[in-house]
Amino acid sequence: MIAFNKFYNHFNIVSTSLITVSLILLIFKGLNFGIDFKGGTLIELRSTDTKINVTTLRDKFSQMNLGDISVKKFGNDTDYLIKFENKDNKKNVIEEIKSNLDKSFGNNFNFRRVENVGPKVSAELLKSGVIAISLSLAIMLFYIWIRFEWQFSLGAILALFHDVIVTLGVFSLFSLEINLSIIAAVLTIVGYSMNDTVVIFDRVRENLRKYSDIKIFELTNISINETLSRTIITSVTTLLALLAIYFFGGEILKGFSLAMILGVVFGTYSSIYIANTVLVRLKVSQKTVLREDDLK
Amino acid sequence: MLYFSKLRILSVTIFSLLFILIALSNLFKVEDIFFDKKINLGLDLQGGSYLLLEIDNAPVVEQKLQNLTTTIKNYFKDKDVKINNIKIEDQSIFFNVDDQNKQLIVDTFSDQESDINPYYPRFKSHQLVIEETGLNFKVSFSKQGLIALKTSSQDQAIEIVRRRIDEVGTNEPNILKRGNNRILVELPGLDDPMRVKSLLGKTANLTFRFVTNNENDNFGVEKLKYEDGIDEATVSKRIIISGENLLDAQPQMDTQNNQTIVSFSLDRVGAKRFGKATSTGIGKQLAIVLDGKIISAPVIRDTIASGSGQISGGFTFQSATDLALLLRSGALPAPLNIIEERTVGPDLGQDSINAGMIALTIGFLLVILFMFIKYKVFGLITNVTLIINLFILLGILTLFEATLTLPGIAGIILTVGMAVDANVLIFERIKEELKNEKNNIIAFDTGYTKSRTAIIDANITTLLAAVILFFMGSGPVKGFSVTLGIGIFTTLFSVYFIARLFTSIYVSRNRDKEKLF
Repeated sequence: MIAFNKFYNHFNIVSTSLITVSLILLIFKGLNFGIDFKGGTLIELRSTDTKINVTTLRDKFSQMNLGDISVKKFGNDTDYLIKFENKDNKKNVIEEIKSNLDKSFGNNFNFRRVENVGPKVSAELLKSGVIAISLSLAIMLFYIWIRFEWQFSLGAILALFHDVIVTLGVFSLFSLEINLSIIAAVLTIVGYSMNDTVVIFDRVRENLRKYSDIKIFELTNISINETLSRTIITSVTTLLALLAIYFFGGEILKGFSLAMILGVVFGTYSSIYIANTVLVRLKVSQKTVLREDDLK
Repeated sequence: MLYFSKLRILSVTIFSLLFILIALSNLFKVEDIFFDKKINLGLDLQGGSYLLLEIDNAPVVEQKLQNLTTTIKNYFKDKDVKINNIKIEDQSIFFNVDDQNKQLIVDTFSDQESDINPYYPRFKSHQLVIEETGLNFKVSFSKQGLIALKTSSQDQAIEIVRRRIDEVGTNEPNILKRGNNRILVELPGLDDPMRVKSLLGKTANLTFRFVTNNENDNFGVEKLKYEDGIDEATVSKRIIISGENLLDAQPQMDTQNNQTIVSFSLDRVGAKRFGKATSTGIGKQLAIVLDGKIISAPVIRDTIASGSGQISGGFTFQSATDLALLLRSGALPAPLNIIEERTVGPDLGQDSINAGMIALTIGFLLVILFMFIKYKVFGLITNVTLIINLFILLGILTLFEATLTLPGIAGIILTVGMAVDANVLIFERIKEELKNEKNNIIAFDTGYTKSRTAIIDANITTLLAAVILFFMGSGPVKGFSVTLGIGIFTTLFSVYFIARLFTSIYVSRNRDKEKLF
């Protein structure tokens, strides 16, 4: 049996600092919103001319007067991702770019993807993203509240907040782009983390009913160990699937799978080191669950 | 409880085989009248355009108020009430009246059976609201009035959008209302999205009006620019004929001077008016105005009584074709703005499919390899279950003709990763039970029972996340929630019916075996 409980205090400090640092990053550095949430235009180009490189392309684009612009390689050497504000929401901007590029480089570009999100739509998408995440946290809270005692709910929700905030913190730290698929990833993380916590909690409650003489400090450790191999196997298989998406699923799914990978790692960690320590700190005992049983 | 009845085994087998068959039917192009359902590929996988259009209703409101000022003036003129200083500002009509008429105005507008302020009997709210400050009145659209106006312009606009897209001839376009001022257009497999965009971006309001030098024209005049944006001409506001009078418009080659032109034919009313105007106006210039710009302003040389004519204006064949198309399909009631566009080229779509399939195959192989190494026989059971699970998932997607997107494929891969969770929970529980329980069958039974709450909890939480995403998410991301959500149900089914069947067979055959795992 591994003595996870030995490190409860240490990891509580770690978790607290992780959350604090993430919050500071989120407040002061902010998130790198993609065009979904900021508005603007995105173009994915593939060139058939190997002489064209990212510098010449960047120079050409900066002459076009498109506002704040970024030109980057995307995946392999012939693919480029161009993003710009399109502040005036010009209607024929893509045609202009196309004819401009044709003039300078010849007809060597394939417009693989064009996305244009107006300011109104991006504001709406951001709003519905925030609502979706808040709503999912609220529903999880409600679900766990009817399924478990309040001490458990608090633990699970703290673990959830930790996972969401720290994942977003990592995205802020490395200026990774937040787009619609990241919202999907965050929601799935919420589901996964909850899942992981509930499995351990289920065991904690079962053990609470079974043993009256074991303190919660020990009891959580027993429960973590009893469910440990399941925790590891499920995280491993989920991570295997996610790594396959990350490495082979193409550029578009990179951000999404990275967020999920982070979420699974943080989610597994928080189920052990946040959710359980809340139970310990709130001095949950057999009485807590038995009282609830009487009420039912 | 490890016993499965023959009937149950049979039905589970038939059910699984059925879905495997349905899933496989996607691979073959069979012309089958009984079953022709297929998984749809999302725009991000097959290539195509997603456009969200917003109707700019401000000009419509302006136009309606313009008409209303005339109505109000005439209505009260008949009642000998003088309306003074009537003007339009801020999407409202302002005017004032003499003191003795004030009450009459208020009464007329608030009358439930009012002639000029309708809707009350139907909506329990008038079309217009009137505010008074002293003798000054402000009339504007009520909430209900605005809704009715928006809805009707949306209805008209969607019809015109549909006609224009049908004329371009794309396969299976999807054109839907969104809210009361937006239209969603999905165009799969489009060759030239820019053309459609430029076609939808034009109001196509065509008018024929005389060029005039007389500033005191009865109908008023306005200065309009030519298409080149440089030259200008003063044009009367009197409309001779408009786009509504057109019966047909076609691009044509003018053999005399090798120009592309658009020839048109007019309806009866239009032909009559056109004939009259061309007979009285010989020598004058007739401006052909499209969306506030002059295409050309030819000099009238002869009376045209045939009701057909042609527009020239330095067209290329493409631009003449597009103009003819716009004129045939009619004018939009209001300008449309493209507020969101997502276009994926067909080759990127194919690349995404390939990448998704490779990721799915590799993810799947990694998971089943891991499970086999970890659990041996039970790993094998899990893996077979997982394969059937995958087929049932694809079968259900086929049955519902669901749209598969790239995030949707990610959802399937994630389902593969998470689907083993339930089996792992059960197997781990059984292992624990076996430590104290010598009877294999009892240990298995308890394992299944005791792990049930954890499994259900775990799946409900994921399902909740998927449901929220389904309702809040948009576009491709929605596809993720669909596969993830359906994946949960197929996983539970395959764990409790298929995997359990295999385990029960294996355990009953090895009921006395010492080490099962």
